[in-house]
Amino acid sequence: MMNSIILNAATRLLVALLLLFSVYMLLRGHNLPGGGFIGGLIGSTGFILYAIAQGPTACRKALNFEPQNIAMVGLGIALAAGVYPVFFNDAFFTGQWWFIGDRSTGDYIPISSVLVFDIGVYLVVFGAILTLVLALEDEV
Amino acid sequence: MAKSGVEVPRLAGGPAGWVSVLIPAALFVWFAQFLGPVAAGETPLIGFDWVPSMGIRLEMLVDGLSLTFALLITGIGTLVTLYTTSYLGKHPEYPRFVLYLMTFMVGMLGLVLADNLIALFVFWEITTISSYLLIGFTSDSAKSRRSALQALLVTGTGGLAFLAGTILLGQAAGTYSLAEIRGMGDAIRNHEHYIPILILFLAGAFTKSAQFPFHFWLPNAMAAPTPVSAYLHSATMVKGGVYLMARMNPTLGGTEPWFWALVIAGGFTTVFASVLAIRQTDIKQVLAYTTLMALGALTLFIGAGSSDAIKAAMIFLVVHSLYKAALFLMIGIVDHETGTREVADLRGLARKMPVTFLAGALAAISMAGIPPFFGFIGKEFLYKAGLEATTAQLWITGTIFAASVLMFVAAGIAVARPFLGSLPEKFKDVHEGPWPMWIGPFILGALSLFFGIYSDIPEFWMVGPATDAVYGSDVSVDLYLFREVNAAFILSMITFGVGFILYLMHARIRDALAAIIQANPLKFDPGWDRTLDGVKALAEFQTRHLQSGVLTRYVFIIFATFAVTTGFTLWAQDALNFQLDIAAELDGLEFKHWAVLVFITAGAILTALTGSRMTAIAALGVVGIGVALLFIMFSAPDVAITQLLVETLVVVLVAVAMLKLPHLGVRTSEPNRPVHAMLSIAVGTVTTLVLVAVLQTDLDLRLTEYFNATSYYEAFGSNIVNVILVDFRALDTFGEIAVVVIAALSAYALLRGTRYGSIREEEDR
Repeated sequence: MMNSIILNAATRLLVALLLLFSVYMLLRGHNLPGGGFIGGLIGSTGFILYAIAQGPTACRKALNFEPQNIAMVGLGIALAAGVYPVFFNDAFFTGQWWFIGDRSTGDYIPISSVLVFDIGVYLVVFGAILTLVLALEDEV
Repeated sequence: MAKSGVEVPRLAGGPAGWVSVLIPAALFVWFAQFLGPVAAGETPLIGFDWVPSMGIRLEMLVDGLSLTFALLITGIGTLVTLYTTSYLGKHPEYPRFVLYLMTFMVGMLGLVLADNLIALFVFWEITTISSYLLIGFTSDSAKSRRSALQALLVTGTGGLAFLAGTILLGQAAGTYSLAEIRGMGDAIRNHEHYIPILILFLAGAFTKSAQFPFHFWLPNAMAAPTPVSAYLHSATMVKGGVYLMARMNPTLGGTEPWFWALVIAGGFTTVFASVLAIRQTDIKQVLAYTTLMALGALTLFIGAGSSDAIKAAMIFLVVHSLYKAALFLMIGIVDHETGTREVADLRGLARKMPVTFLAGALAAISMAGIPPFFGFIGKEFLYKAGLEATTAQLWITGTIFAASVLMFVAAGIAVARPFLGSLPEKFKDVHEGPWPMWIGPFILGALSLFFGIYSDIPEFWMVGPATDAVYGSDVSVDLYLFREVNAAFILSMITFGVGFILYLMHARIRDALAAIIQANPLKFDPGWDRTLDGVKALAEFQTRHLQSGVLTRYVFIIFATFAVTTGFTLWAQDALNFQLDIAAELDGLEFKHWAVLVFITAGAILTALTGSRMTAIAALGVVGIGVALLFIMFSAPDVAITQLLVETLVVVLVAVAMLKLPHLGVRTSEPNRPVHAMLSIAVGTVTTLVLVAVLQTDLDLRLTEYFNATSYYEAFGSNIVNVILVDFRALDTFGEIAVVVIAALSAYALLRGTRYGSIREEEDR
């Protein structure tokens, strides 16, 4: 924990920005640079910054969940996204797609089990890194 | 307590007890329905599709041999589990015992019924593992743990050899189906891999069936509770090896190596074990060694291979299972009621335990080979086969004669000694065991008599079909008690005479044998311990040198291995045989490339020279960011972003960790520094050479083109990297994130453990 006023003030803004940016990276990943892995890394950077500025206890409180639980839930979501197609007689991990809106005009929102899988990846990376960093910071 | 209505007989052990008895009983009845078809010469294949998409079927091959085994396994299994309800029913771990015993039974049934060799191997291992658990059931005794481990290691090692043999045989035959392999005997015997296959199969069979020199685990396995000894180590599991040899006889048998390997090992085990049997003072050990003798005899006669010999082996298989299980169960009752199994202590129990005595006597008379018991028929056919053998006639007949004489003596030691004579004072209050205990040995003993008198019953239903299956073609089997005074009959009479004389003086023989064995320097059990100690010392040696716990050394070993193996591969593959025009390569670089290169180089030099850890890690971060810039310049934004983020995180992580570490001090004084410098130069050089060499080959763009063409139309995504990660290769990614979670949890546990000092405290205790 650093007693720096500038860092403290900047962190409040930066954490929110980084988290928002991480979700943006996650969602756009299928078509542009980004994805669950990168998103998870960015998201965890936000909380690491917070932990450096405010200390690990405050960071845990802000997280609300134990980071290792977040990672486990992410793994569960990824697995569920993989198992889901099996119920439709597709092979394990076959992507399932739904298009909300009119596909022919290009005015639609694509939703897929692949996105759910990527959200799982995001949570795993996010949770795993925070598990490590917070455990190390507790140490100090 | 008077109750109206039908009273359900109560079993100790509760529901687990009932389940354990009913399952084998039901299976016995189910298998009995095949007796008719099999006796009529059919070999039903019962199976179901397991993985139909890959053409894998689980099939059971029911022929005379497997049916005989299946009936022995389930029949004796029923009696043994019933016995166990009384023997162990009040044990707090009784349900666990039942679980192990049932697991074993399933494994054993699968072993004898499997048509697929790989399935046979799997079941083989199940019997090995459940045997380990059963021998070690009294896990608070160091002796029983040692015996269990010994049995596991010996039979497990044999099992591995058997697996290798199975694969070789499968390759040679082109199929793993026993039903198909059986018809390919000539092709297999002339195959170039015949000898390795034979050696590997026999290694499996000899360890499982405790043939010399792998015999030592079986007597030690008697540390198991008595029902286990009766079931696994006399009637069923140890016969798994015999089953394998019998099953393989049409395929691998009939050659010189097969003949001599089995006849010599079997014959030697037979004599060796029956001599040692006489030497024992614990009746259970006497029975253990006579079991070895029986296994030796079975091996010997399967090896001899003539139709008479196979017939004799199959008769003896049934004979032995019946009387040996009965005798083990009998000595279990004696032990349970009196608390001892020592020959010297037990006397005159017949009056106190009449039913047990009757059951034991029936079995022992069969074991001694006295007419009109089934054991007599077994012995007559063994003699007949031995006398009519064309090769090694004297060896076969001689060993079986010696063994039969000593078997007669052993039968006397096992039953006549403890039950006859005057009852000592201390056994005045001994009483008969409960009915679930004596019913088993009684039925088995009675069957030994019944099969002797009505010998056409086992002949028609079991021995005949089994002999056909093992011999590979039809053999006329005609069992009889007495037909004429022939050589075999005369030999039997001599056996009784010599056996009786030896029995009368067996105490003196035992002492003499004990003295001889004491003087013999070659002992297997201590030898086993020395071998294990050697393995442990080797493990300790390599752990001390490779797993030192010093991070620097781990990193050194990993990088040195990388540099040496990769460098060697480059040299061996002649990958460095190219012309490189360095000037032309450098010509293409623009100013921004040069800038990044300088950036990276400066970071690397700073890392190597600085005296502060913090500076070093920050400088390493500079190198990483430089690499990320390179990725951006060559249009790989995904990789670049990831690289950038990972570099940032690594710096943060290491920086946090470093706050805990001591200062480095003056590193130049370290004696290892020149060595480390050389290693880093070597790793750097090798990596550079690999990269340059890779660039010399044509870039294969097939995958890129494939993903370019399909990722949008099949996976609706235009970022190929991401589409590969989450869709095309999603299973890989899933495996990777699982690893990430496991790594994080492990690190968390380690950090937490050291923080509270719990790990260190555990070690100190």
